[in-house]
Amino acid sequence: MGVFPRRRLAAVALVAATALFATAGCAGDEPAEDGKITLTVDVFSQFGYEELYKEYMDSHPNVKIVERGTGTNLDDYSPKLTQWLAAGKGAGDVVAIEEGLMVEYKANPDNFVNLLDHGGAELQGNFLEWKWEGGKTKDGKLIGLGTDVGGMAMCYRKDLFAKAGLPTDREAVSKLWPTWQEYVKVGEQFKAKNTGASFLDAATNIFNTIVLQTAGNAQGYHYYDTDDNLVVDSNPAVRQAWDTTMDIIDSGLSGKYGSWSEEWVSAFKQAKFATIACPAWMTGVIEGNAGAEAKGKWDIARVPGNGGNWGGSWLAVPTQSKHRAEAIELAKFLTSAKGQIGAFKAKGPLPSSPQALADPAIVDAKNAYFSDAPVGQIFGEGAKTLKPVYMGPKNQAVRTEVENAVRTVELGQRKPDQGWTDAVNNAKKAAAK
Amino acid sequence: MTVQLDARPPVAPAPRTGRRPPAMRFSRLDTKYSPYLFVAPFFVLFGVFGAYPLIYTFWVSLHDWDLLGSNHPFVGLENYSRLLADADFWHAVVNTLGIFVISTIPQLLAALWLANLLNRQLRARTTFRMAVLIPNITSTAAVAIVFGVLFGREFGMVNWLLDLVGIDAIAWKSNRFASWVAISTMVDWRWTGYNALIFLAAMQAIPRDLYESAAIDGAGRARQFWSITVPLLKPTIIFTVIISTIGGLQLFTEPRLFHSGTNPIRGGTLRESQTVTMYMFENAFAPHYNFGYGSAVAWLLFALIAVVAAINVLLLRRLGGAKPPKDAKSKEGAR
Repeated sequence: MGVFPRRRLAAVALVAATALFATAGCAGDEPAEDGKITLTVDVFSQFGYEELYKEYMDSHPNVKIVERGTGTNLDDYSPKLTQWLAAGKGAGDVVAIEEGLMVEYKANPDNFVNLLDHGGAELQGNFLEWKWEGGKTKDGKLIGLGTDVGGMAMCYRKDLFAKAGLPTDREAVSKLWPTWQEYVKVGEQFKAKNTGASFLDAATNIFNTIVLQTAGNAQGYHYYDTDDNLVVDSNPAVRQAWDTTMDIIDSGLSGKYGSWSEEWVSAFKQAKFATIACPAWMTGVIEGNAGAEAKGKWDIARVPGNGGNWGGSWLAVPTQSKHRAEAIELAKFLTSAKGQIGAFKAKGPLPSSPQALADPAIVDAKNAYFSDAPVGQIFGEGAKTLKPVYMGPKNQAVRTEVENAVRTVELGQRKPDQGWTDAVNNAKKAAAK
Repeated sequence: MTVQLDARPPVAPAPRTGRRPPAMRFSRLDTKYSPYLFVAPFFVLFGVFGAYPLIYTFWVSLHDWDLLGSNHPFVGLENYSRLLADADFWHAVVNTLGIFVISTIPQLLAALWLANLLNRQLRARTTFRMAVLIPNITSTAAVAIVFGVLFGREFGMVNWLLDLVGIDAIAWKSNRFASWVAISTMVDWRWTGYNALIFLAAMQAIPRDLYESAAIDGAGRARQFWSITVPLLKPTIIFTVIISTIGGLQLFTEPRLFHSGTNPIRGGTLRESQTVTMYMFENAFAPHYNFGYGSAVAWLLFALIAVVAAINVLLLRRLGGAKPPKDAKSKEGAR
């Protein structure tokens, strides 16, 4: 009898091995169809690459491009990308990385191909200097090539402005609000006319705009200083943006539509607010949300205050890609001046390439959806002098906490003072996690 | 195994003289080992997809494990001690239990009532029985998104209906209790019919003559239901309660998709309806990417489910214990 257990064990092991083999057998390498290489590109929101893919596939008959993610929220996209990177499998051959996440990815640069090893250095002149530097890690690897920058403006609905007896011409509107204080005053006038719409969409969007602008014009950092110390409570730029936002909330100007929520999208469709802080890439979002029936009802004015940058992305090639060389070529093409102009024409993201910004295709560009606003001039003008804001290691988590505190005040769940205390405490907690 | 072998007379007394014919040896092997082969697929699958992740999660929870990092230092039970002192975690536990209670109790009562109705002589009985299952085969994501829109603050249909009868709009997503109710509605809409069918199946196994003799003794429908149906359904009720406990405490899709916009994993600005699984996800993935901490949440959730399931079973045992159904039966038989 003593022999049996060992034999049984052997039998069980054999069965287990067979079953495992059977399950493992399903996962194999996908066969290349007709000798073509398939390159997957992962993006979020609106990058406007469709035409560029077609062009690239025509000139590279051995490449087939598949894109995933247009229209996805950044909040849904980034965890997925992070999981793919952590698992070592699943990510596209070319992936888009938004600026808020770039810092976290740069902390683990081995996940991405160092483009300096693949002739990346010669591309430096194709990008605004800070955008180029933004793609580099602390130890000097280049993991991302810049796509767009988020130059700021203020988008507004002409029909609602007319209803409230305000000027509708973009020059006149720009003159209404040289500063945020005056923006609030215009808002109060608008509100007094009871148009049935709010003056702006959500306090969080305005807050983020103001904090990036104020910080960019001052020290060049907001939640973290350049030595990666958390300075939410001591940075005057953050406090100043907070106070201005509290004024806006206090005057009842916000429609309280949580940004990127279903209600926010509905509010676009039903013309429930008159202005929205408008980084260049937002124009594509507005067009997508408000739909064709609102064409010609929107226009673009100058942003209150002075300049600022919100958002913008890089393209990177994960080391897990099986077609690195081809993927790098594609990333270079999409981020070239030509690629950036193509994307701008399609969906409005503002180029980060000085050549593209100087190109007549951008300078003279008008956006038909926004009443033929000269978007090339409005956004392009400030782009070359944009002052970027430094982002620290847990930027995304900290930003979430601070904006969340803004939202609790907006919804009346917290008084401004309590909200500020929450913002500081929760930001510290998040940074320590 | 051995019992089976002994039970085969032709094999046992087989001559021990020489070698057995190979066919016979094979058949001996077959009888001995093939049962293991038959049960193996379950254990192999369980091992690969159940036990291994469970143990690996525990291993991860003992480390400071940044999802993207390549360095994962061992920290022992530190994640657990931090978690036990984490107010947000306990907040999520209260949310989960709250949603569980206000969804499960009405759900099981409604299911019992539905099953009782379906158990009667009805026209188009099968159609009705099938119909209650329809919500269950709808995709959870679709249900959650639709309900999320219905319960919208400004454009939602529920607030519109409330407005029609003169009730002020309710902030379904930023009021803690209101959001629990809204999410419970979703859960109940989906699972009541499923539980009703399970109860119905058990009800049909109850012998008709019990009801007949009760009717002769003058028991009305209600009395029959509480004195015969419910006690005899006890094992089924325990089963549904345990299944609901596991499902309810792991609630994720409904509350996650109920909130849309920035950072929905938080379940509202003040974490009004963030469940434990959402808290786990928030820590393990965006925005914290702290896999170790998230794994610790997963293990505490496992412990929580075990505790709640045990409490439920104890409560239910006591509930039925006052009237042991077997005694009632024998007494009836004696009369």
